[in-house]
Amino acid sequence: MLQDKDRIFTNLYGLHDPMLKGARSRGDWDATKAILEKGREAIVEEVKASGLRGRGGAGFPTGLKWSFMPKQSDRPCYLIVNADESEPGTCKDRDIIRHDPHKLVEGCLVAGFAMGACAAYIYIRGEFANEAKVLQAAIDEAYAAGLIGKDACGSGYVFDVFLHRGAGAYICGEETGLLESLEGKKGMPRLKPPFPAAVGLYGCPSTVNNVESIAVAPAIMRRGAAWFNSLGRPKNSGPKVFCISGHVNKPCNVEEELGIPLRELIDRYAGGVRGGWDNLLAVIPGGASVPVIPKSVCDDVLMDFDSLREARSGLGTAAVIVMDKSTDIIKAIARLSKFYMHESCGQCTPCREGTGWMWRVMTRMVEGRAEVPEIDTLDQVTRQIEGHTICALGDAAAWPIQGLIRHFRPVMEERIAAYKARTPMRMAAE
Amino acid sequence: MAKVTVDGIEVEVPNGSSVLQACEAAGKEIPRFCYHERLSIAGNCRMCLVEIEKAPPKPISSCTYPVADGMVVHTDSPMVRNGRRGVMEFLLINHPLDCPICDQGGECDLQDQAMGYGMDHSRYAENKRAVKDKNLGPLVKTVMTRCIHCTRCIRFISEVAGVPDLGATSRGEHMEVGTYVERALGSELSGNIIDLCPVGALTSKPYAFVARPWELSKIDSVDVLDAVGTNIRIDARGPEVLRILPRLNEDVNEEWLGDKSRFALDGLRRRRLDRPWVRRAGKLIEASWSEAFAAIAERLRGVPGERIGAIAGDLCDAESMLALKDLMVALGSANLDCRQDGAHLNASRREFYAFNSTIGGLDEADAILLIGTNPRREAPVLNARIRKRWLAAGIPIGLIGSETDLTYRVQQLGTAPNVLNALEEGFRKRLNDAGKPMVTVGQAALARPDGSAVLAAAWRLAASVGALTAEWHGFNVLHTAAARVGGLDLGFVPGANGRSLAQMMDGGVDVLWLLGADEFDTTRIGANTFVVYQGHHGDAGAARADVILPGAAYTEKPGTYVNTEGRVQRGFLAVYPPGDAREDWKILRAFSELVGHKLPYDTLDALRARLEQVNPAFGRIGFLPRFGGTDLSAPAGDPAALSDVPFAPAIADYYQTDPISRASPTMAACTATFAATPLVAAAE
Repeated sequence: MLQDKDRIFTNLYGLHDPMLKGARSRGDWDATKAILEKGREAIVEEVKASGLRGRGGAGFPTGLKWSFMPKQSDRPCYLIVNADESEPGTCKDRDIIRHDPHKLVEGCLVAGFAMGACAAYIYIRGEFANEAKVLQAAIDEAYAAGLIGKDACGSGYVFDVFLHRGAGAYICGEETGLLESLEGKKGMPRLKPPFPAAVGLYGCPSTVNNVESIAVAPAIMRRGAAWFNSLGRPKNSGPKVFCISGHVNKPCNVEEELGIPLRELIDRYAGGVRGGWDNLLAVIPGGASVPVIPKSVCDDVLMDFDSLREARSGLGTAAVIVMDKSTDIIKAIARLSKFYMHESCGQCTPCREGTGWMWRVMTRMVEGRAEVPEIDTLDQVTRQIEGHTICALGDAAAWPIQGLIRHFRPVMEERIAAYKARTPMRMAAE
Repeated sequence: MAKVTVDGIEVEVPNGSSVLQACEAAGKEIPRFCYHERLSIAGNCRMCLVEIEKAPPKPISSCTYPVADGMVVHTDSPMVRNGRRGVMEFLLINHPLDCPICDQGGECDLQDQAMGYGMDHSRYAENKRAVKDKNLGPLVKTVMTRCIHCTRCIRFISEVAGVPDLGATSRGEHMEVGTYVERALGSELSGNIIDLCPVGALTSKPYAFVARPWELSKIDSVDVLDAVGTNIRIDARGPEVLRILPRLNEDVNEEWLGDKSRFALDGLRRRRLDRPWVRRAGKLIEASWSEAFAAIAERLRGVPGERIGAIAGDLCDAESMLALKDLMVALGSANLDCRQDGAHLNASRREFYAFNSTIGGLDEADAILLIGTNPRREAPVLNARIRKRWLAAGIPIGLIGSETDLTYRVQQLGTAPNVLNALEEGFRKRLNDAGKPMVTVGQAALARPDGSAVLAAAWRLAASVGALTAEWHGFNVLHTAAARVGGLDLGFVPGANGRSLAQMMDGGVDVLWLLGADEFDTTRIGANTFVVYQGHHGDAGAARADVILPGAAYTEKPGTYVNTEGRVQRGFLAVYPPGDAREDWKILRAFSELVGHKLPYDTLDALRARLEQVNPAFGRIGFLPRFGGTDLSAPAGDPAALSDVPFAPAIADYYQTDPISRASPTMAACTATFAATPLVAAAE
C-alpha cells in the first residue's frame, strides 16, 4: 500500500491551492534548475532506471522513448503532451490538470530539456474547458515567474509551453492522429514507420507522452530512480493514479502502487462493490479498450501491466470499471462497440467497416435476435480487425468483444435461446 | 541497395523502396487499391498485406513498409491470405451488388481481386450503407455507395492536379468523399480520377451505360487537341469512338490526359462533313466528289500560281500538310502558312520553335520563366509536370503574362513583353544560378505585332543566363496546336516571295485552300476569293467555303504528328471516316491528278518516305534524343520593338478550342459550368 510520504500527486482531490503558490508549497518547482544542470543524458538515464512505463495505455518504457530522440538535430524537436484523455472510464489526467497543473508544466520542462525539445505542445481534450483554463493560468504563472520561457528557471534553456485545445475526437488521442490534428489536419493516424521521434510534428523529431508520464518525471528526478523503482512490482514500478468507477460505493481517483490486488483497490478506496464483493459480475480493468475480466479473475488479479496481460486483459489507463450482477454485460459491451464505431476515423478498411459490423451484430446479441454460430462469426470479425489496421483503434474496438465472448459466451447463448423461446418461429402460410 | 528475399526469390532493390516494390521486382503480384505509383502513399486499404520475418507478428501493409537489407518476405502465407480475405470481406460488406449495372464492370479492381480473395457467400446480414451521390460537374459521374475510400481521387486532385477541391468529410463508416460544398471539380485533369478509381464510384458521365470494355476495339493513337502529343488509346465499337483513355508514356504524359482530349470525342459525331458540297448561286449544294473536284479545277484554270494560297489548320497530320504543300508547289504557289494565329514563329531553325528541354526535361529544370503562356490551359498535362517539379524541388517559377493560378507558386514579373528588357534582378539571378534554367515562350507572346522581338529577346535571355549549354537546351516554345511543329518542320510557311496568312486575306489570293483551318477570322478573306475547305467539321472555314471536301478526323486516319517538343508520333485509324469523307492526303493525291500535277506517291508508305526526305526528323518515331544548345545566334528581332501592351491569353476557354471540341455537347456543358465558377486557388 502506498504510504502518504510516497505520493506524488498530493493535491489529487483539489483540497489545496492548485496554482503556483500552492504548488511550490507541495515541492513543485523546487530547485528545478539543479535537475536541469544534471544534463540531458543523466535525466534520460534516471528515468530509464526508474522503470517508468508510459501511463497512457500501452505501457512503453518512457525513458527508452525519450532516448529515441536525436542527440543532435538541425531541426527543432518537440515534446507533445497528450491530454486528450477520452478513454471511457478514465479521468486521471483531468484531475492532475485541474488540481496539480504545475506538476505537468514542470514535467514538460524537465522532459523537454531531456530530449532537447524547444517547446512542448499540450494537446488538451476539447471538452476539458475548465481544465484548459486552469492549465493556461498555470502556464502563464510559470512564464511570469521565469520558470519557463526565454531563460527557464535561470538555466539559460529556452523552452516554451503551448496549450492547444482539441475538438473532441477520441482518435486524436492516438499519438500520430494527435500530431495531424495539431497541424490543423483531419485527425487521422499516420503510417508508422517513420515514428514521431524521426518525423513528428511538422516533420520534426517529436515525442508524444501522456500527462501522467510527464507529470511524475520531476518527482523521479528529485527522489531518485531507486525510490520510484522500490514501489510497485518488478518491471511495473511506481505509483499510478487509478480511476475507479461503476458499481462501487464510492467511485474515486486514487494514487496507489502498481501491483495492488484489484480487490484491495476496490475495497479500500472505492468502498467496495455495491452489494458486496460477491455481487461482482466483471471488471474492465484499464479503460474501455481492454477485455473484460469476470469475477473469478478479479478475485486475485494484481493491477499492473504484466499481471493483467497474463489474465488476457491489460492495465491500459488503469481505469477500473466495475460492474455488479445487475449489469447486462452484453449491452454494456455493445455500448462500447457503438463508441468505437462512432470514433473510428474511417481511414483504413478493417476498422471503418468492421466497427459498424460489430456494433450491428452486438445490438442483435443484446436482444438475442441472432443465431449461436454468429457468435463465432463475431469473434472472427474481431480477429480480422485486430492487428490489420494503421493504428490501435481497431484493436481497441476488437478486444472488448473478444473478452465478452471469452468469458460470457454462455450468457450470450442463453440470451439467444430465450429470444427463440419468446418468439416462436413463424410458420409458412399454406 | 537492399537484398530482400520474397517467397524465396532474392532481389535487390534501392534503399528506401517499399516492400511492395520489392515484391513487384520479384515478380509477385500484390493486390492493392489505395497504392498508386504516382500518388503519395496512404496505406489505408490494407489489401497489400504481407508477412515479414522478424517484424511484428502480424500482417504488414507492404506499400508503407520500407525494405531493409536481409528482409525475408512471404506474400502467400496463411497469415497473408487470411488477412487479405478479411480485408476483402470488409470492403464488400458495404459495397453494393450492382455489378450488372456498373460501368466499371469488366475493368474493376474490386471485381478482379474479389475473384482471388473474396468469399463465395456473405456473412454480413445487416443492411448495407447507402451514400448520397455527389455532383462533380459534367464530366465525372459518381455513385458514392460504391466508394471504398481508397482516397486515390483526393490525392490526385490535391497532389497532381493541384486544386483543393476534393476531400473526405465525416469519419468512420460515415466518411464521404466529396467537394465539401457541392461544386464542379475545378481542374482540367479531373477525368483522370475516373481511371484512378479502382471501383465504379467515379465513372465517366458522358460514357455512362454506353458500352462494356470487352465490346471495344482498342487502338493506339496520339491526341491532337493540344500540342503535348498525349499518347491515347481510342476505344471504338463499330463506326463510333466511344472512349479515349491515356496511354503510358513517361516522356510525354506519364499516364495523364487532359479533360478536353478525353471528353471532346462526342464532337466527332456531330457537325461532320460527310459529303462534298459546292456553292452555287450563293448556296451550298450537295455534290459528288467529281463535281466538287471539277468545280475547283475550273476555278483554278488560268489562275497564276502566286494568286493561289493554302493555310493548314491546327489538327492536321503531317502527311496531308506535305501533300498540300507539294500540290501548291506544283501549281507554282509559295503562298503557304500554317500559323493561323499569326504567331511570329521562326521556321529557320528547329530550336527556334520547339520545346527543346523536352517535357521529361522539366523533371530536371532548376528555374522556369514563363513568357506569355498559361500552361494550365494550353497544356494541362505539361502543367502538371511543372507542378510535380515544383513540389519536388520548390524551384523558382516566374511569369510574364496575365496573373493566373497555375497550381504552383509563381513570381509575377510583369504582364507585358518590355519587362524582358529589364528583368527583375532577383529573378534573373535565380535563372543565372540555376544549373538548368528554362525559358518558355507561349503563343500569346508570339501572336502579336512584336512577336519576333519577344522571340529574339527570350532567346537572348536564355543564352545570357546560361540556359543554352552543350548538355542542356533551356529555350522552349510551348505550342497550342498539334499540327504546328509538324507544319514548321515541313516548311509550311511562305516560300520565296510567298504571302503569309495576313497577306492572303482581303483578296491577296484568288483561290485559297484551307486544310482544316478554322482558327482565324474567315471574314477577312476577300469577297472574290474562291475558298476550298478540306476538313472534317462544319465550322468557320466550311461556312465560308465555295467547295467543301470532307476529310477525316484524327481518329479516322493513320497520321503522323509532331508535338511541341518536336517528338514525331504516329496514330492509327480507329474508325472509318463517315459517309463520303476520305483520308486527307488521298483527297489531295486524287485532285492533283485531275489538274495534271500528279503527286508522286500512291501509298501512305511512299508519302512517309517523302516526309523523311523533306525532313529527316520524320524518320525517328516516338524517340527524341536530348540535345544541348550550341549555336547561340539568336533569331531575328528588334529588342526595341518590345511593347508595353500586356499579353492576352492564348486560349480564352480551355474547353472549346477547335472544331471538334466546339461540336461537343460535353465541352459546351463544361464551358457553361466553368464560365460561372472561376478556377480555384492551388493547394500548396
